[in-house]
This record gives sequence, C-alpha cells and structure tokens, in this order.
Amino acid sequence: MIDTVGRAGHTPAEPQPYADLGLAPDEYARIRELLGRRPTTSELAVYSVMWSEHCSYKSSKVHLRQFGEKTPAHSRMLAGIGENAGVVDAGDGWAVTFKVESHNHPSYVEPHQGAATGVGGIVRDILAMGARPIAVMDPLRFGPADAPDTARVLPGVVAGVGGYGNCLGLPNIGGEVVFDAGYLGNPLVNVLCVGLLRPGDIQRAAATGAGNKIVLFGAKTGRDGIGGASVLASASFEEGREAKRPNVQVGDPFAEKVLIECCLEIYRAGLVVGISDLGAAGIACALTELASSGDGGMHVDLDRVPLREASMGPEEVLASESQERMCAVVAPDKVEEFLAVCARWEVLATVLGQVTATGRLQVDWHGERIVELDPRTVAHEGPVYTRPIARPSDQDGLNADGPERLPRPNDLRALLLRMVASPGLCSRAWITDQYDRYVQGNTVLAQPEDAGVVRIDETTQRGVAVATDGNGRYTRLDPYAGAQLALAEAYRNVAVTGAEPIAVTDCLNFGSPEDPGVMWQFSEAVRGLADGCLQLGTPVTGGNVSFYNQTGSTPILPTPVVGVLGLLDDVTRRTPMGFAAPGDVVVLLGATGEHFGGSEWAYAEHGHLGGTPPPVDLAAEQALAQVLRCGLLRSAHDLSDGGLAQALVESCLRRGLGATVAVDGDPFVALFSESTARALVTVGEDDLDRLTALAEDSGVPCVTLGEVTGDPDLTVLDVLTVPLEELRRASEATLPALFD
Amino acid sequence: MAAVTAKVGVVTFPGSLDDRDAARAVARAGAEPVALWHADPDLHGADAVVLPGGFSYGDYLRCGAIARFAPVMDTIAREARGGLPVLGICNGFQVLCESHLLPGALIRNDVRRFVCRDQRLRIESTATAWTAAYGHGDEIVVPIKNGEGGFVADRRTLDELEAEGRVVARYLGPNPNGSARAIAGIANAAGNVVGLMPHPEHAVDPLTGPGADGLGFFASVLTTLVTA
Repeated sequence: MIDTVGRAGHTPAEPQPYADLGLAPDEYARIRELLGRRPTTSELAVYSVMWSEHCSYKSSKVHLRQFGEKTPAHSRMLAGIGENAGVVDAGDGWAVTFKVESHNHPSYVEPHQGAATGVGGIVRDILAMGARPIAVMDPLRFGPADAPDTARVLPGVVAGVGGYGNCLGLPNIGGEVVFDAGYLGNPLVNVLCVGLLRPGDIQRAAATGAGNKIVLFGAKTGRDGIGGASVLASASFEEGREAKRPNVQVGDPFAEKVLIECCLEIYRAGLVVGISDLGAAGIACALTELASSGDGGMHVDLDRVPLREASMGPEEVLASESQERMCAVVAPDKVEEFLAVCARWEVLATVLGQVTATGRLQVDWHGERIVELDPRTVAHEGPVYTRPIARPSDQDGLNADGPERLPRPNDLRALLLRMVASPGLCSRAWITDQYDRYVQGNTVLAQPEDAGVVRIDETTQRGVAVATDGNGRYTRLDPYAGAQLALAEAYRNVAVTGAEPIAVTDCLNFGSPEDPGVMWQFSEAVRGLADGCLQLGTPVTGGNVSFYNQTGSTPILPTPVVGVLGLLDDVTRRTPMGFAAPGDVVVLLGATGEHFGGSEWAYAEHGHLGGTPPPVDLAAEQALAQVLRCGLLRSAHDLSDGGLAQALVESCLRRGLGATVAVDGDPFVALFSESTARALVTVGEDDLDRLTALAEDSGVPCVTLGEVTGDPDLTVLDVLTVPLEELRRASEATLPALFD
Repeated sequence: MAAVTAKVGVVTFPGSLDDRDAARAVARAGAEPVALWHADPDLHGADAVVLPGGFSYGDYLRCGAIARFAPVMDTIAREARGGLPVLGICNGFQVLCESHLLPGALIRNDVRRFVCRDQRLRIESTATAWTAAYGHGDEIVVPIKNGEGGFVADRRTLDELEAEGRVVARYLGPNPNGSARAIAGIANAAGNVVGLMPHPEHAVDPLTGPGADGLGFFASVLTTLVTA
C-alpha cells in the first residue's frame, strides 16, 4: 500500500522507523511539527537522507562559516561555498572549478566500486558547474602497508580510481598515499577534480521559472546505494562491513563519459535553466535542492523515473544513489532539442515534472500525492548542532612526549636507504602507473612532481597547478597547526612549479562529531585553516566534511586534506622537480631547525608520534613562493616528509642525475628534519648571484649546498655516498613487494 | 603549385578518449584533422583515418567488439581494402582486430593491471603508410596506457607477420603487457592499415609528453599521401 499524504493525515499514530533511518527523536518530532502531521514514508526517506550528517553538515556548519567570514579581499572567486564547487577566475577569459570530496566508507566496504564511484561523484559535481572535467587527483590513506587488510583495500581502491578515471579520459595528475595504523579500519579515499569553463557559462543548481520542465537524464535508477549517505557516511562501523555492501553504489564509467559529452553539448546550446548532479541522497537531494535554491515550487510524477527494477517503491526511488544521473531544468520550448541531444549520445532522458508557483515540492506516485512539503525545510533549514567540544585528556601527554628521547642513528647512509624504502616515502609508481596521466594532451606535470600542472589554453599556454596535502600525524599533535601545515605544504607544492597559489578546497576527514575530543580537533583544524587561508590570501572555495571515520570508539588521525590551485601564465616556463643538468648549483631556500615531532623519521624508525609538529610560518611560505616565481630556477622541489635527504634523492632520481652537496651542523638534523617553508632548487651558475640577491631581498635564507654532477651517485660530503641505482632499487622495490 | 593539405579523419565512438589528442597530433604534423562520427558512414573527404584510443562503449564486452559494428566502420573497412591509410591506436587497434582488418587479438595485460608509462620501442618496419618517416631500427619513446594490450595470435600468424615484415614496432626492455614476441604494432599485408598499442599522439610535444618521437607516424601518412 502506498503511504499517501492523505493517509498520513488520517493515521497520525502509525509507528515509523525513523531511528533506523538515522534520525534522532527530536529530529523526527521537528519533521512532524514542520508538516503538521506525520511524514509519509516517502517524506521520511527524503528528510532522513537530507538531514543526515553527510548531506546537511549539521555538526560542521557552525564551524565552516569561518571560511566565508575570513575570505581574503581581492579574491578571484566567481562562485563559492554552497555551490557544487567553487569557481575562480583564471584569466584570459577562463574560469576553473575544483573540489575535493571523500568516499571513505564505501571504499572500505567495497574498495573497487567505492573508489570508482568516488571519482564519478566528484566529476559530476564539477560537470554540474558547467565545466569540462580536465583532471583528477587522489589523496589516499591506508592502514600499515604490511597489514593484511591493506592488501585487500589498496589494490581495489587503486584499480577503482584508475578504472573509472581512465575510462572517463581524465588525466590523474597527482595525489597522495599515506600509511598509518590510524587508518587501518577506516581508509580515506578522497578525490579531487578540476574543471574548465568560461566565466559566463557557470550553471546554477536552481529550479526557477514556473512551467519549466524537470528532466532526469543518464542512467536508470536501481536499488544500488540506497541510504549510502545516511547509512554509510553518517555513522561509524560497529557491525560487519559485509552487511553494508548493498549500500555501496556501483559505477558505470562509460555511462558517465557519454553523460559528460552530452551535458557539455547541452550547455553549449544553452538548453538548461538549472542543473544538478545526483549524488548522495539521489533524487531526493536533487529535487529538494533545485526547488529550495529556486522558486520553491515543483511538481514531479515520480513513477516516470526509469527503473532497473520495476518493483522499486517510491521511497527507494527517492533515496537511490544510482550513479551517472543528472537532473536539469529546461524551458518548455527547449525540451525537444534537449531530448534530441540526449538521444544523439544515447542518454536516457525523461521529463518528470515542472517548476510551479506553489512554493511546495509535490511528488506524485501513480497519481497519488506522496510528498508535499516546503523544500527549504529539507535542503537548507535542516537541524544545526553546536556539538560539545573538549580538548582530549591525552593531548598534554602526547605533546610532552617529544622525539628528543628517541635514539639518533649513527649510520646515516643506512638510514637514508631505509627511509627511501619506507612505505611513507618510497616510489608510488606501482600505484600511479595504473593511472592515465596523458589523456587530453595537456598534462605538463604529473606525479611524482610536487604539483600537477595542466594547460588550459593551447594558444596562450595558460595553465593551472594543483596539489593536495594533509598530515594526520601533525594534526593529531596540534590540529590548528596541522591544518595550516597541510595548507602550507600544498601552497608550497604549487609554488615550486612557478605557479601563483590562488584558491583552496578542503576535505575534512575526522572521527565522530559526537565525540567532544574529535569535535575539538575539528573546530581547531577549521579555525587554523580559515586563519591560514586569510593570511595567505587563498580563499576556501568549497569542499567536503567526512565525519564518523572511526572504528568502534577509536577515531582516525584527524586528517584535513587541503587542495591548493595555482595559476601559471605560461606553462612552458613551469619548473620541474628533477635536477636538470650537470653543473647546476644546488641551493637550499629556507631555514632548517631541529623538527622531528610527527616526522617521518620518528614514525618509520621508532613508530613514535609525540611532541609538537614543526612550527608554521605562513609569512615565510609567502616569501618563499615569491622567490620560487623568479623565473631563474632549473628545478625546484618542496621539502616535507623525510626532509632534505628525501628531496635530494627524488631530485636526483627524477632524471638520473647525481649531485654532490655539503651540509652544515649535525648532518642528521640537516638531512632529516622537517622544518617548513623550505625548497631545494637549482640554478645555472650564472644565475646564482641573482637568486641569492633575490632571496635576500625577500628575507628567505639561501644556502648553496653543492652542484649537480654527471656522476651516478648522491654524495653528502663527509657523510655518505650512495649510487643512484641503489637508491632507485630501494625506492622502487617496496610497493611491488607488498602488493604484486 | 600550391600544396593541398591532406585531410586525416579521426573517428569518435561513444567512449573514445584520445580523439582530440589524435586530431592535435594530425594538425601538428601539418595535416587537416576531420572529425568523424561513429554513426555517420561518410568520411567527409578524409584521405586517411585514425581510430583513436579510449574505451568505446565502455569495453565491457571484448574491447572494440561493439565499435566494429558502427556505420562508419563499414565505410572504413571497405576503403581500407582499397588502400585507405588507417591507423588504429590502442582501442583503435582493438577495433581493427575485431573488424578483421588486422589479424590477432588484444587480451588483458599479463600483469592484470592497467599500465601507463613511457615505453621504449623499436621501429621494425618502415614499409607502411604510417612508419615511412622513420628509419629501420629507430628507437623511440612513446607512452603506453592500456589494460588489455597483450597481443596474441596463433604461431603461424605470428611467423607470417614476422616473415612478411608486418611487425611494425616492438617493445624494448621489459614487456609491459605480455604481448607475443613483444609486438607493439602490426600492419596488414598492403601496409596501409596499422594497429599500434602505444600512443604516438601523446608524444608529439615534449611539453606534454616524453618527447616528440611519435610525430613520425602522422608525418609518415602525409608523405604517403603526397607520393601516392
């Protein structure tokens, strides 16, 4: 029997399974109050998915406001938070949109499909802005590299990211892979997508103009992914993951590829008034958000939705998270042309209903009213919580247990080889070789470079640089600083290519918001990131919050992943990371102190996490970025995890050119400390004086370390000499040995 | 006499991905790229055709198995038998095998993973429409990126290909996908139809590829067309 609005009015006492759908008793009471009756089962489905943590941001909203309040002046933002993704003015009549999102829980339950649909979801977000997707990146976190479950999760995630992205024709230009015990029961699969559009072509997710048609197009709707957002992404795992598998969406990248081309043709022809992707909460989300952001009124005949399984009930149709679907608002005189474009791409398109002047969302099922509500109460006026916040009781102890007590190594050569081979620092080629980095023909830099660089205009050679970073260990030690360190590193990674960093997207991966300790980490991280962005002049344009990343009562390392977008006027002048030619002078920019708290050395050698992370100096980062844009550099590589030693090794191995350098003071500190605001650069001998003078003007410490040699080894004078071949073997053997 | 620019058609199937890249490479070599649509049997005056890389129809069935039935393929198959130069890259190579314009088949990589890397190749035959600009034995670097790039054929076919000089290019160094005899590309008996698993269109500009070694394939067909 269909639970109609009329029936709901006559059966107020009928018990409803609101708790099973993730709604709190007071939330359910609020829904009854808003409606003036009990909700129908369909309305309950709509409210429960839309008021889930994942869709409503109910625990994070009060904190995220800072990103808007602290937006720097002179921002290039064309569209910001609240849209599917932020859009920034890239110059020359181009705009760029980018956003990072999580698909953590599905990727733990079913690694391949979870990761694949993570790519699909963020790509549709970018597409819905009116942009052609032009690149993806994948910041990933796994449990220990040698843990049995990592051997289950990692290969599937990588095959899923690659399988979907490769089939869409999107170059994968970078990302991260981090291993830590803190992610063992809860890996993080974040995906960033970059899109390109003309500033005038930005699409809006709003249903305006009474009489305009609501058109659903793309894949058919099935039972996959029902409650994915509310069941998977808004609660911790308590029971077995197998039981959740039906909640994981299943991806069809071919359907998405034709959907992309179809949408772009529709945009070019000016056939839509508004458009929304279907992601979390599926049709329920698309209809309520389109209506809520538009005129408010909409009438839809839900039984017109093409189904994979005819037996699906209206609640399932509303909540299904079947992939590769979009919903457009089309003027009546454009419908025919719209449907013709869809037919050309063999994309299924169905008129479901129209915009009305009622201010109400009305949904019928075979002629019977099953939803009648004010869409704003669903999409924009959901519950907001100010969750209790408490600094964790173990925080002081953690900060007091510094790395000073750890034994220092005697044999730095042996240490270097162990570090280079450690899972945290070793070559990522086993993973990144599964990703197409060439497709679209505009990839100028891709992994293992510090940032991905993509050309956006073949005539002017204008391009963008993007990097993502996040350090859960630093953030565990100090969430305010940790978020800023992630920002600083991504900013630096963009700057070493010669690009000017201009905007930020973030994916905030945390434990349960109902844990006051986690909420403290979250609020501190958001405050740190917002303050940092204000100081660097790079606004947060959009992003995603992923809560409930925990196993039982143990949360993951708090992990704000920060993506920074930069602009390059001329990609032919980008600076790559590898040493370029023998005779070039090797220079270290920035100051080195003794900073081992949360370092790769402390973790890899001692399994230690304690003390305080390296200090943040955003003014120093800005000054460094200024010097990095000088146009003199032959190569530039950011110093971060593993310190100078790792940067030297990577710079040598990139093109197989050795170097001889000398370091001052304690060589262990010089080589392995993780002080921030530093970069390893090379210049031609003739340019050294200019670089030195420039650095001095900018207040950036500048030390000549040595030179690039034609020799096949890396030498740190009086400390170590290692053949490049030995370093390469050490670096490249680790992941194949673990995952082949 | 003013030179008439050669027209090279690039087919877009649903799921084609490297079509714009192939068109860019064609233009870079000095020809005029012509966009061809899978459902349109007309070649729009193209003097040669490239079947680009990608995942036509998602490649959920055998790779290229559906694309071979596209209306444009009827025309291309007919014209190819009459000498039209056709280059199939990656998915395009798979389509050519499915269309029986080339022998053998492409199967899942032996490493059972998608492989994207800069690959060294040796040019084994310059007697084709697409390799005339190279020298025999030239070693070049071109990206490969495929999940189903392992070339297989029965022994007699392989021996025949070798004997007739129809192995166009071979992988150097470790075999990236388990291809029989490290074969990276083959030609038909007339030399006008070439299938290639690596992607020369992604090696036409050192800015966006490992170098410009791949340009020779597109330059070759121009020479072929001018001297034809």
